[in-house]
This record gives sequence, structure tokens and C-alpha cells, in this order.
Amino acid sequence: MWQFFHKLGSPKWFFGIAARLMPWLLAGGILLLMAGIVWGLAFAPKDYLQGNSYRIIFIHVPTAFLAQSVYVMMAVAAVVTLVWRMKLADVFVKSVAPVGLVLTFLSLFTGAVWGKPTWGTWWVWDARLTSMLILLFLYGGVIALDRAINDEKSAARAVSVLVLVGVVNIPIIQYSVEWWNTLHQPSTFKLTEKPSMPAEMWVPLLLSVLGLYLLFGWLACLRMQTEILLREQRTRWVKDYVLVGRG
Amino acid sequence: MAFDSFSAFMVMEGHGPYVWSCYAAFFLLMIGLMVWSLRRRKAAIEACRRGYELQADRQDPQAASASAASFTRVKVSQD
Repeated sequence: MWQFFHKLGSPKWFFGIAARLMPWLLAGGILLLMAGIVWGLAFAPKDYLQGNSYRIIFIHVPTAFLAQSVYVMMAVAAVVTLVWRMKLADVFVKSVAPVGLVLTFLSLFTGAVWGKPTWGTWWVWDARLTSMLILLFLYGGVIALDRAINDEKSAARAVSVLVLVGVVNIPIIQYSVEWWNTLHQPSTFKLTEKPSMPAEMWVPLLLSVLGLYLLFGWLACLRMQTEILLREQRTRWVKDYVLVGRG
Repeated sequence: MAFDSFSAFMVMEGHGPYVWSCYAAFFLLMIGLMVWSLRRRKAAIEACRRGYELQADRQDPQAASASAASFTRVKVSQD
């Protein structure tokens, strides 16, 4: 009964919901992200210790934050794939992995460029940086494994297992700056404490994090729609959607 | 504004190249990702449409032969 429900109901339902959400996600994402970046670049006061190089934080923290939270979402979807065999969860993992790869790369790149004027080096093998590099390889591995297996169902299962194995890395990234006291500074935002920065710095940072979240939502919807169209092309509703236009 | 002039904004007291290269990479990759994803969906819709048209041709052989019949053999003198 549940199998039947998921097979027939979900992809079509999601496709419609995504189509309705996407304009709002895109507009909200661009608006918040631009507000955060312009505020952070031009109006926030400069850091007393790091000078103006700290302005990289307004893209470094959002990309690093999203890179990890996208992986956590993928892990949740992997559990759903393995336990309930829900098609949509597998579609999510597959569609979102390249986005995670780009975000992780961006956080590493901006971190390296920020490190040069601040620490005097592009790269150190410190715990935070190394665990982030492993995250990059995990995303690469997920994409490669998915492409290597032709059968859709076995690919979904193998990818889910890989994603779940890799999830150990997330708490390591999270706590690396507290367990090993090396070059990377501690987190700017903590759930339990007030931010250690003045409001003129953390409000734009929060805006750009939220903006990037919405933009990620848009990208996820768009890429999932693509995947659903390809997988469901034999169904009546996809045919109607493609031939008539708006289904 | 945290800066006195536009040139001060670009230079950022010597940190300009670092800050601007980060933002350039960010916008380049994010916009690239968005454009690539949009094109992929468009390509998927096109691929589906082509598939349906092929299917329709196969299901309707009369239509296919009708279109084939428009290629008539014309005798051309070889001199």
C-alpha cells in the first residue's frame, strides 16, 4: 500500500509544488544574498584584527554552512531511500550532490584565499580544513558512484550507503575547531550563545546564509524536476506536461 | 559606507585582490551552476518531446510512409 502510494503519488505531486515554489525561492534568495553581500562588503565596519580581508566571511561561512547542511539533508534522504524505498529521496540525493560539491569547493577556495593574508599561508593540514577536503571527496565519490552504476535501484542503494558512511565526517567538521586548537578560528554562530561579533557584522552574515539557503532550495527543485522528467517520461502526466506545456 | 572613496573600496587597504577573487569565484560558479541546471531541464524536456515524436511515428506507420512517399524518384539524363 505504501509502496504503491510513493510510486504513484510523490514525483508528480512534488513537480507541481516545486514549480509553484521556485519563483519565490529564486527571488527571495537573490534578494537576501545580495543584501547580505552588499552590506557586508561596503557598509559593515572593518575587523580590528584582520582588516578588510575578513569581508570574505560573507561568502565563506554561507558556503561552508550549506556544504555541511546539504550533506546532512542527503543523509536523511539516504535513510529514507534505504528504509522506505521512496523514489523522491533518491532523486534528491542525486540532484543535489553536484550543488554540494560546488559549495564545498567554494568554501575551501575562499578559505584558502582568506588564509593567505590572515595566517600567511594558503593551506595547512589542520583538522577543519582536512575534514572539509574529505567532504569534497565524499561529494565527488557520491557523484562518481551514481554514474558508475547503470541500474537505477542498485545505484540508489549504493549511493545511500556511501552517504551514510560519510556522515561521520560532519560532527568531525563541526567540532574540529574545539577539539584541536589550530589555526582555524571558532564558529561565528552558535545556537547556545550570542554571536561574538557586533550586529553590523552578523546581521549581513545571517542574511547571506539565509539567501544562499533559498537559492539552494531553488537549485534543488530545478534539478529534481529535471531528474523526475527523465525518470518518469513514460508516464501520462510527463507526456502531457512536455507536449502541452504546463501540465 | 565603511570606505571613503570607490578606489579605497576596490583596494581594501591591500586586501582587495583576496576579497575580490573570492567574490569573483563565488559569482562565477554559482551563476554557472544555475545556468547549467536550467539548461539541463530544458534539454530533458526536449529529449522527452523527441522521444514522444519518435513513438508517434512508429505507432502511425501510414503517416511515416506518407512522408516517405514525398521522395519520388526522378529520372535525370546522365549525358
